[in-house]
Amino acid sequence: MSTTELAHNRHIPDRLDNPLRSALFSWETLLILVAVAIFALNSLASPYFLNAWSLSDLTFNFVEKGLIALAMALLIIAGEIDLSVAAIIALSSTIMGMAVQAGVDTPGLVLIGLGVGLACGAFNGLLVTKLGLPSIVVTIGTMSLFRGIAYIILGDQAYRGYPASFAFFGQGYVWWVISFEIVLFVIMALLFWFLLHRTSFGRMVFAIGNNPVAATFSGVRVERIKFILFCLTGLMAGVASVLLTSRLGSTRPSIAQGYELEVITMVVLGGVSILGGSGSIAGVVLAAIIMGLVTFGLGLLNVPGIVMSIFIGLLLITVIALPILWRRLRERQGA
Amino acid sequence: MMHTTIRREQLPEETRQASPRFSLSGISKSFPGVRALNKVALSLYPGQVTALIGENGAGKSTLVKIMTGIYQPDEGEIAIDGEGVSLPAAHSAFVHGISAIHQETVLFDDLSVAENIFLGHAPRTRFGLIDWSRMRRDAREVLEAMGASHIDPDTRLRELGIANKHLVAVGRAMSIDARIVIMDEPTAALSAKEIEELFLLIEFLKSQDKAILFISHKFDEIYRIADRYTVFRDGEMVGEGMLAGTSQNEIVKMMVGRAVDHIFPERHPTIGAPLLSVSTLSHPTEFDDISFELRKGEILGFYGLVGAGRSELMQAIAGMTRTSKGTISLDGKAIASRSAADTVAAGIAYVPEERGRQGVVIGLPIFQNVSLPSLKRTSEFGVLKLASEFQLARRYTERLDLRASSLSQDVGTLSGGNQQKVVIAKWLATRPKVIILDEPTKGIDIGSKAAVHGFMAELVAEGLSVIMVSSELPEILGMSDRVVVMREGRIVSIRENKGLDAETLVRLAAGIAA
Repeated sequence: MSTTELAHNRHIPDRLDNPLRSALFSWETLLILVAVAIFALNSLASPYFLNAWSLSDLTFNFVEKGLIALAMALLIIAGEIDLSVAAIIALSSTIMGMAVQAGVDTPGLVLIGLGVGLACGAFNGLLVTKLGLPSIVVTIGTMSLFRGIAYIILGDQAYRGYPASFAFFGQGYVWWVISFEIVLFVIMALLFWFLLHRTSFGRMVFAIGNNPVAATFSGVRVERIKFILFCLTGLMAGVASVLLTSRLGSTRPSIAQGYELEVITMVVLGGVSILGGSGSIAGVVLAAIIMGLVTFGLGLLNVPGIVMSIFIGLLLITVIALPILWRRLRERQGA
Repeated sequence: MMHTTIRREQLPEETRQASPRFSLSGISKSFPGVRALNKVALSLYPGQVTALIGENGAGKSTLVKIMTGIYQPDEGEIAIDGEGVSLPAAHSAFVHGISAIHQETVLFDDLSVAENIFLGHAPRTRFGLIDWSRMRRDAREVLEAMGASHIDPDTRLRELGIANKHLVAVGRAMSIDARIVIMDEPTAALSAKEIEELFLLIEFLKSQDKAILFISHKFDEIYRIADRYTVFRDGEMVGEGMLAGTSQNEIVKMMVGRAVDHIFPERHPTIGAPLLSVSTLSHPTEFDDISFELRKGEILGFYGLVGAGRSELMQAIAGMTRTSKGTISLDGKAIASRSAADTVAAGIAYVPEERGRQGVVIGLPIFQNVSLPSLKRTSEFGVLKLASEFQLARRYTERLDLRASSLSQDVGTLSGGNQQKVVIAKWLATRPKVIILDEPTKGIDIGSKAAVHGFMAELVAEGLSVIMVSSELPEILGMSDRVVVMREGRIVSIRENKGLDAETLVRLAAGIAA
């Protein structure tokens, strides 16, 4: 701050930084560079990579998780978390499978899939906001609960026999190599970007994540917004469940095992603070693409699944540590 | 360093004009945007109590944190018995025998009394394990030596009252053989009887030749227990010497540095009809049977001691807490508010006392802080209109003479006084009819204080009505049209601020008969 004392009521500018300049040094820029680097590495490592169909296949690696990550980002920014999303996929898929046996057709299946997701999210939200329980504990509990129910219903069986029209969501193409999944992801990403960065709802999400007490004093209905975010996350898990079930064409209780970690890794890699209060949808989308590129690349190189799992674990730890180091570096530069 | 010359015969026999046990000199400490301490000095003498006196924000707490190794000074020297030391961590203060007793004791509620006393230096058995029986025995001995044998070493600390917790803290100081004891507003939460007991304890510590620093806002206590004084103002040391022979007026003058009544704006209130009526408002535990009226264009001061229930009452009016009984009405219409959002919509704004926790959202830029309770007005169908947000923020922050480099600056990078301006701007932006300011100038620098006071005067001149909760008498007397005095959750008096004096208010607040 300058020490020149002007007369009273001097003008305060809206912003000082050139927005272009601050965009250039943002976490998102770094993510773009990383994505380009991995893309280049993939093309060098495998002759099969640089091909329209390969690239289209690649999107299936991250879209389902990415959709959940969009909602999870808002939840984590608001200072909460949902570890039960993969279990919600399993329960939702199982109930859809039951509905198939009862003769329900595609529109009904989709409604059921989304409805179960929404209900599970609402259940999490009620436990967190009405009983004041920490979400990490609540959703560890419901993670076992939801998947447990799926196991009770299915045992070691699998549901098959989904109607042919149901396959469109996970396997259909809108045009040439452009799948329904990627189109949905792009639309959803735009919607979530708008919700978080352009609406008063999104602003309140940031306020809650930074200081829930002051937000309450400012008339923000903290509990209500948190409840909505849990519902939204559950709903997106429901959407993911429809896509995944449609893509696989069958339901097993072990479906989407371990997805929650990959979703959270995406969110954190995307620059969302695990402590809440900051983050962007652009970052999360980029992180989803990076995760897709990495797993697809490792797949092309025939890296076994267990190594991928180690890799995801390492990535999660790294990305939680990295933003902190990055911020420290920036603070030192700013000081 | 200058000392007031003292005639030798004034001093008690055992307090020779000794060299200081502990001395700080040339200590400076800055935080982003504010210089908390500027080349201050402080000396503590064995067997003597030195009172550290200063208004809120004078730098007392910062100095205590430096003395206990929590903060590092930017410059300056610390010496114990004339030898320079450095206190790079809380542990090093412990090693040098410096022990602090805080306003709200920083002990461990879930550990026993004995564990609290000996934490970090517990007696060990041959095998390196804690020697529990010896620890208990030693704890009992320490407590007995202090005349606190009524405390059982096995009690969990949680079960003790604040006065007894202080005793345990002193016991801890004794057990590490502390030679320097810092007491930071130890009496703030104590009853009169407990304060007497604490003073007996301080006398005991004096007799043990400890050097004691005593921080308090209460002059009667300072004169009762302290031998020396050091006065801070706005981060500078402005005077020190022996208390005997120094009048209260002289010290007050050093504290404020100017005649108190000059810093408040002159007002010509035009007070209208009753606007806010509170009737028999009660809360199960915090306050009872509260009835008062706030008139249009009025500043209504709420005075009382800490714990009188003023903030709790205001938070209830603001819709933050539920009440058990009573009504609140604005402009004749009853407000049935279930949340802060309802109250804001009705036209009541509450600027909370704890700025950092309840007021600002650190991490968000200034303009987003200002617009937070007014988002309905800066958005259309829930979609933010950035330009109108900036406009709103600019209108109110510039009026409050906010010192910031841009409205997109994180509010956390501002000084306390400027943060408070952002908080007030935020509430004014809701266009309230009534604004409740809870300790509006607590912990902010003199310049910001004057700005806030001047602004309050402007607001009421424009027809806004203000409730001001304050524990600072000059502020209450300098700003209020009428003063409500609360004690133990009840209103004990409502008076016109004409010919009202500080003494009367203090007596009413403390429940001392005139």
